[in-house]
Amino acid sequence: MGSSEARDGRQPPPATIEVSHLTKKFGDRTAVADVSFSVARGEVFGFLGPNGAGKTTTVRILGTLIAPTSGSAVIAGIPLSAANAADIRQRVSIMPEAPGLYLKLTITENLEFFARLYGMPGREARIAQALEAVGLSDRAHDLCGSLSKGLRQRAALARTLLNDPTVMFLDEPTSGLDPAAAHEVLGLIGALRDRGVTVFLTTHRLDEAERLCDRVAIMNTSLRTIGRPDELRQAMFTRSLAVTTATALARPAEVFNGLPGVQAWHDSQTANRGPASYLLTVTDPAAAAPGVTRALVAAGADVVSIGEPRRTLEDVYLQLVDAADANATVKEAQPR
Amino acid sequence: MNASATRIGAIARKELTEFRRNRFIIMTAVILPVIFLVSPTAQILAAKTATVLTDAIQKRVDYAVFFPLLIPVFVPSVMSAYSVVGEREQGTLEPVLTTPVSRVELLAGKFVAIFAPTVAIAYLMFGVFIAIVEIWASPVIATAILHAPALPAELVFIPLLAAWAIWVGLAVSTRASETRVAQQLTVLASLPPAAVTALMSFNVITPTFALAAALAVALLAIDCAACFFVARIFDRERLVTGTQPARRPAG
Repeated sequence: MGSSEARDGRQPPPATIEVSHLTKKFGDRTAVADVSFSVARGEVFGFLGPNGAGKTTTVRILGTLIAPTSGSAVIAGIPLSAANAADIRQRVSIMPEAPGLYLKLTITENLEFFARLYGMPGREARIAQALEAVGLSDRAHDLCGSLSKGLRQRAALARTLLNDPTVMFLDEPTSGLDPAAAHEVLGLIGALRDRGVTVFLTTHRLDEAERLCDRVAIMNTSLRTIGRPDELRQAMFTRSLAVTTATALARPAEVFNGLPGVQAWHDSQTANRGPASYLLTVTDPAAAAPGVTRALVAAGADVVSIGEPRRTLEDVYLQLVDAADANATVKEAQPR
Repeated sequence: MNASATRIGAIARKELTEFRRNRFIIMTAVILPVIFLVSPTAQILAAKTATVLTDAIQKRVDYAVFFPLLIPVFVPSVMSAYSVVGEREQGTLEPVLTTPVSRVELLAGKFVAIFAPTVAIAYLMFGVFIAIVEIWASPVIATAILHAPALPAELVFIPLLAAWAIWVGLAVSTRASETRVAQQLTVLASLPPAAVTALMSFNVITPTFALAAALAVALLAIDCAACFFVARIFDRERLVTGTQPARRPAG
């Protein structure tokens, strides 16, 4: 898989999506401002941002549904232009937020219709494969109007598989689904990655982005950051150690000041009685932890826990999206 | 890009399947023609005992002969008005627009799906009307109708008027914000040919061969041009986002 090769330090795979200075304005309103990024072949790329951040607009531009105001892009090796639109659409598939199925047609009839639009030979076999991939073979002749929301989402996913796309754009594929249905859809997306399809995933659900995506971009009209989730966490937050003791230290400054690797500290949660917490800014948590533990024990403290606090992608997201600076420069997180 | 018969056929087939399973469409396609048939038939059968073609009877004949032309004007309006904006409201248009289908293919498919049943129903009703006249009308009225010069012209005008009504409906549907508005505007836009038909049936305009030929040629030209006009105003960006595009999107 492409992204693992990149992690191993080998030559990164060729980009399937190259976006350069893409901007889209609707009248006076700028929906997407000077966005540049690339997505490697076989990568699951998460595109995150609040409502109105320009995620869907970006997907629609890359899917040739709308034209950019400025900037350029190459999708599946084809430059984005009006003349190339049909060729690009032949090689990508887009699953909009709403499944968009014809409710008075059966699943098979829906898929047959789209298979004909793609002009594919061997339609029946392709439809059977797509249905099998999403686990809907036994519901093939059900009317789409009779399906649950989760099943409709799966049927829509089957539709996006029909043309054997190089790039698949999935816009909020788990939106409105219950946890079990969302889990099923995420499993299907994981399977796509295994098939070497480049997946461009737009989502609000940061936990699923963190679990599924090789890299994520956080967008709020302009691109705020892009990188692997763990890189972003490391780039965004200072490294620290969280210490919890059974009772508050009498003189914490005497314990923490001057310890090797400890740059600063503050008590994050202390009470007159009961456990107390301290957050230490350190250069390297693993190297500093033994010294800190020894110092605490020497001071007679009962250490309840010591470790690096877990930062989630949600912390990164909130940090970036809450920032008011609309003109933040794009920072590509560098691999360590 | 060349139009693909497969894609046009796929769209037409899908539309027809949806029509078949939509009770509202079926009812509209059945009830309207029956209404347009009942009125002239009643006019003719009311004079069942007539033995002489008086002016009053002749007026009934003129009215009855032109009335079936309203079928291809009004029957397709509901379907064509819904066809684009309805899909947009349902959320089914965007997935279709993400495929390689071109604007012309999409519109042609929708046109065929509405045109075929409309013309079939109009000819059927026309045939039923002629059969009723043959069987139940008084001989003098039957002769007047069956020898009316307008009768063969109707065979030509039925598809031409249907095409006009469908393209008008599709044009409105590609620009309207919602189905209800599209249906109202389509009915309004279908009025000019209906008005001409009515004026002829009431002998305000005398239907001569030259006039019929000129109208037929004009309608044919309009129908052909309408295909390209509607394709031009069909705008993926506007349909997807509801806003005017900065640049013309791809077809």
